[in-house]
Amino acid sequence: MSALEFRTAIRDAIAEELERDEDVVFFGEDVAVAGGVFKATPGLIERFGPERVFDTPISELALAGMAYGAAVTGMRPVFEIMFGDFMALPMDSLVNQAAKFWYISNEQGSVPLVVRSAVGGGGRFGAIHSQTHATWFQGVPGLKIVFPSSPAEAKGLLKASIRDDNPVVFLEHKRLYSVKGEAPTEELIPIGQAGIARAGSDLTIATIGKSVPDALAAAEILAADGVSAEVIDLRSLRPLDVATVLESVSQTNRLLAIEEGPETGGWAAGLLGSVAAQGLHDLDDAWLLTTAETPIPYSPTLEDAFIPDTDAIVATVRERAGVAAR
Amino acid sequence: MANVQSERQTGAKTSYLDAYGRMLLIRSFETSMHRLFLEGEVHGTTHLYAGQEAVAVGVCLALEPEDYATGTYRGHGHALAKGTEPGALIAEMLGRATGVCGGRAGSMNVIDLEHGLVGCYGIVGGSIAAGLGAALSSRRQGRVAAAFFGDGATNQGYFHECLNMAKVMSLPFVAVCENNFYAEFTPLADATAGANIAARAQGYDIPAVVVDGNDLWAVHAAAAEAVARARSGGGPTLLECHTYRHYGHSKGDPAPYRPKEEVERWLERDPLKLARARLLEDGVGEDQLVAVEEQVAAQMAQAVQSARDAAYPDPAVDAATEFRA
Repeated sequence: MSALEFRTAIRDAIAEELERDEDVVFFGEDVAVAGGVFKATPGLIERFGPERVFDTPISELALAGMAYGAAVTGMRPVFEIMFGDFMALPMDSLVNQAAKFWYISNEQGSVPLVVRSAVGGGGRFGAIHSQTHATWFQGVPGLKIVFPSSPAEAKGLLKASIRDDNPVVFLEHKRLYSVKGEAPTEELIPIGQAGIARAGSDLTIATIGKSVPDALAAAEILAADGVSAEVIDLRSLRPLDVATVLESVSQTNRLLAIEEGPETGGWAAGLLGSVAAQGLHDLDDAWLLTTAETPIPYSPTLEDAFIPDTDAIVATVRERAGVAAR
Repeated sequence: MANVQSERQTGAKTSYLDAYGRMLLIRSFETSMHRLFLEGEVHGTTHLYAGQEAVAVGVCLALEPEDYATGTYRGHGHALAKGTEPGALIAEMLGRATGVCGGRAGSMNVIDLEHGLVGCYGIVGGSIAAGLGAALSSRRQGRVAAAFFGDGATNQGYFHECLNMAKVMSLPFVAVCENNFYAEFTPLADATAGANIAARAQGYDIPAVVVDGNDLWAVHAAAAEAVARARSGGGPTLLECHTYRHYGHSKGDPAPYRPKEEVERWLERDPLKLARARLLEDGVGEDQLVAVEEQVAAQMAQAVQSARDAAYPDPAVDAATEFRA
């Protein structure tokens, strides 16, 4: 099977859905002619034309509002808000319009839109081009939040998001764009169902996005220490598949949740709360690996120390389990 | 409204007589809302449209039934002008299961897709972006989208971003500003640089017209031109309709900030009074006007009664879901 690059998986997913359904349109700032700042979407305007793939002004609020208005009147917009940090701007439309429509309209219609953004630290982009906005939206009923961990996951989850009848906030970790992996075996990956990225028996590591490959790398190292870690790829934070985590914890009795973001108000703390509320009897230990409670720093030394990378995952497990490096 | 519509005859005078009936229905609806609020039957808050009827009715008269409209938190008039059944709308206000949104939306957030009402929004500029999106669909569907919003919304990013985008994309969009000269409690000039909303469109190279928003005929003429431009691929238009609300901003606001003489001056130019006089002048009989007035009064009384008789939604059987499956 040929290796698939993450950015190509994104482009292929959009292209295949544009091909499949004429109601799908794709737009954003510099996504069409320029092909996106992370080169994820080149060639689409040439293939599908400017009526269906187009560049827009830098108007995040109007973009999201336009996508919402188009979605409730028959289209299936996919649009890009370039960096997750910029998602502070279209929040009114996503939170007060798109998320509410299905419910408050008494189910007259729904809002099939997808908003894609590049997120995450490690790129030396500084405090306002490195955030992960998932938790800004996690407490809003009516929004789905999807965050893929690999090229195959990205393709299957993005295609499922575009076919979903609800508004989907889709996160792409910018440190994954150049990652290559196996092409997917299934066309669609269902949203709301976590995946077991690696089976293990001593410890459950639950995480999402780029932290999944980091956790997998850590699990390899820990295996040499004699620690068998199960890695759960949550895939989406709303809906959040607590059941799969509970099932895993019932076997391993230990849970580590890793979030590239602060503990306060974070999804990892929420997950731990849900697991404790429903499965305390299965828990011998549970803890979090998160970031400092500061903005994301710029300087490489500061940023590297800030992000919970593979080394940090290995270190916290060794410390917690009382295992020395071999 | 169905009664009035079913008696529609050919000819412009008749169509304006129908429009007068629709304006009257909105006034009657808001009068009922005012009373029901005082009687404790309407919950929370409500923003009444009385005084601004010629704007919504004049614009919707220029739209086809399948065209889209978006409204504001002061949206009862927008919904009724677009065709929402008054019975279903008043039931929504009373929180009943028979409401147009099953009692889930309330006064500020009415949605009626069947009649092309994409939504009404509690954030003042929200209707502009929703209308922009409906215009994107409209371009493909051969429709037009109109967005109603107030003067206060022209100081939000929504207004500027959406006007720019509508022009850049040449969308079939009519932006209808209902300038009632007060953004909540603040006079227009105190919060709006230049105090000239139509002039703001010039910067976006969008045609803009200042309209007497209390004159049904003037609003209809301006809207018809804007809708024709949109439908023929000529892009967006901004209509700045000067009008005045008869009540305060919301319930609990007696509007002490408005000078008495100003209020009296505007009440003399009540859009219903103006329309009635104009219809008589144009040869419509007093008996025809009285017939419409009686019909609307009976229709509204019936709507209120049926809403009062309807059941509240039962939380025990409410099958609400977060997502569409």
